[in-house]
Amino acid sequence: MRVVIGEDLALLRDGLIRLLRAHGFEVVAAVDNGPGLLRALVEHRPDVGIVDVRLPPTFTDEGLRAAIEARNQVPGLPILVLSQYVEQLYARELLAGGQGGIGYLLKDRISDLDQFVDSIRRVAAGGTAMDPEVIAALLARPHAAEPLAGLTPRETEVLGLMAEGRSNAAIAGRMFITEKAVGKYTAAIFAKLDLPVSEDDNRRVLAVIKYLDQ
Amino acid sequence: MTSSSTPDRRGAAVALRAAWSINAQGFLAVLLLPWLVLSFALVVVWVGLPLLAVTLSGVRALSGWQRRLAGRVLGTSTSRPYREIERQGLLNDLGVRLADSATYRDLLWFFVTATFGLALGIVALVFFIILPLGVLASPVMVRTFLTVGSRVLQRSDTEAMAVRIGELSSSRAETVDSQAAEIRRIERDLHDGAQARLVALSMNLGLAEQMVEKDPDLSRELIAESRQSASVALTDLRALVRGIHPPVLADRGLVGGLQALALAAPLTVDVDVVMVGRVPAPVESAVYFAVAEALTNAAKHSRARSAWIWLRHSDDRPGGGRLSVTVGDAGIGGAVATPGGGLHGIERRLAAFDGTMTVASPAGGPTVISMELPCVLSSEKI
Repeated sequence: MRVVIGEDLALLRDGLIRLLRAHGFEVVAAVDNGPGLLRALVEHRPDVGIVDVRLPPTFTDEGLRAAIEARNQVPGLPILVLSQYVEQLYARELLAGGQGGIGYLLKDRISDLDQFVDSIRRVAAGGTAMDPEVIAALLARPHAAEPLAGLTPRETEVLGLMAEGRSNAAIAGRMFITEKAVGKYTAAIFAKLDLPVSEDDNRRVLAVIKYLDQ
Repeated sequence: MTSSSTPDRRGAAVALRAAWSINAQGFLAVLLLPWLVLSFALVVVWVGLPLLAVTLSGVRALSGWQRRLAGRVLGTSTSRPYREIERQGLLNDLGVRLADSATYRDLLWFFVTATFGLALGIVALVFFIILPLGVLASPVMVRTFLTVGSRVLQRSDTEAMAVRIGELSSSRAETVDSQAAEIRRIERDLHDGAQARLVALSMNLGLAEQMVEKDPDLSRELIAESRQSASVALTDLRALVRGIHPPVLADRGLVGGLQALALAAPLTVDVDVVMVGRVPAPVESAVYFAVAEALTNAAKHSRARSAWIWLRHSDDRPGGGRLSVTVGDAGIGGAVATPGGGLHGIERRLAAFDGTMTVASPAGGPTVISMELPCVLSSEKI
């Protein structure tokens, strides 16, 4: 699997490269600034781009902007955004195109290697991987807006785990229920959110987008 | 000749009207004078106090008229020179007025108006009757009288400066205080939070290093524990950084910062923010935290399900730009700024930038918190 990395801190960049190579990824480019990142993403069209939000030259949200611009030029280009902090605003912007292949995680999550590598593969496959902190902030809102208000607490929990990018099997494990029960919940969620019948992966992404847009 | 006589004639007309006004003011002063003397005399038997409050209000109203007249005729700006009365109550009210030097300047000019002013007004009017003497002399007399009057009635530059220095000293003292408290809080948070966890982490790693051969199971456990501490330390640091300077504010400026705040708030928040360019970073930060506090208050106390943020910047005034921010909710109302409370905190934050806050929160709602502060936009793009 071919990867492009955008990270300005040498320490973290080298660590990421080492870690990814150890897990069988091929790092085709590792850049340390926004314009360079955009070029590398568009030129190499990697299976997944791993991008830090804050990059030179402005040290603001250069990386995020480069990622969004790259996806404008190469629709559906899978991007995993890493950051020291997560902002719901940015999660929404990343998903605004209505396409999957988006991950948004705290850098802390790298320490759980198995899950981190799993997230990369999921994003590369067109799924989503939203940080639990983004989901937690959403769950903390007691007065959710209309379209999601119809969901039962259990369904909302399933949707949250779905947004984190977990498979039905993983959700079942987390909630101590059978995979079949999870399947029932997801079917109910898709129906309540009024999502068109299509392949399951795509519907999952659309459900997550609706969830984050509330 | 005609071209130069037009302004003369207009000046004479203005002066004529002003002379009438001065006469009226003189008559009013003469009518008020005995009441004033009477109330001063009666102060010893207390009944004079309310009477004095009423007559002083009369004097103040008359002085206000005189200031406006002078401003209009002379084309100068006028302002209220009085001290603010903070607490209600007749005695308190009277106390503040009697301690205010503006009151004595009012009284001085009141006596001049009652005597000399009245005479001058009559003379000016009589002069107008014996033209052309009046057209030449009366405007000069009227203008001189008004000029002297406005000098007496306006706060002197030194006094205005003294008042301003007083305001600045107290807002500076509050800023320094709250900054010192903030730094202490950060130090404590670091000391008890991230720092302590890093100590535990390095201890565990050290132990794990020693145990790696003797007891691989234990060392594995210690390493897992260290990873846990590292992630908690990171969470602590993130929370701390958000409290000092939210990263989204650095990334996106006030507009993005407020949008992020609205998304993170535990209620539905409508954002109507229009601003081209960026305000200075300290102002951004003050407004961000003020709005955050207002939203927290709304979420905690108002029982509202939704709130809104409105922000505009205008620079059409001569004194430079102004930033206006309003945060409102349709909750139960009844919000007041108590010392040490959240709203008071907002007031303090804004005072450091000469900003003001007003709270309109009748029982039953809605609550609207309006903030205004002077600031200039930089042309930097958002």
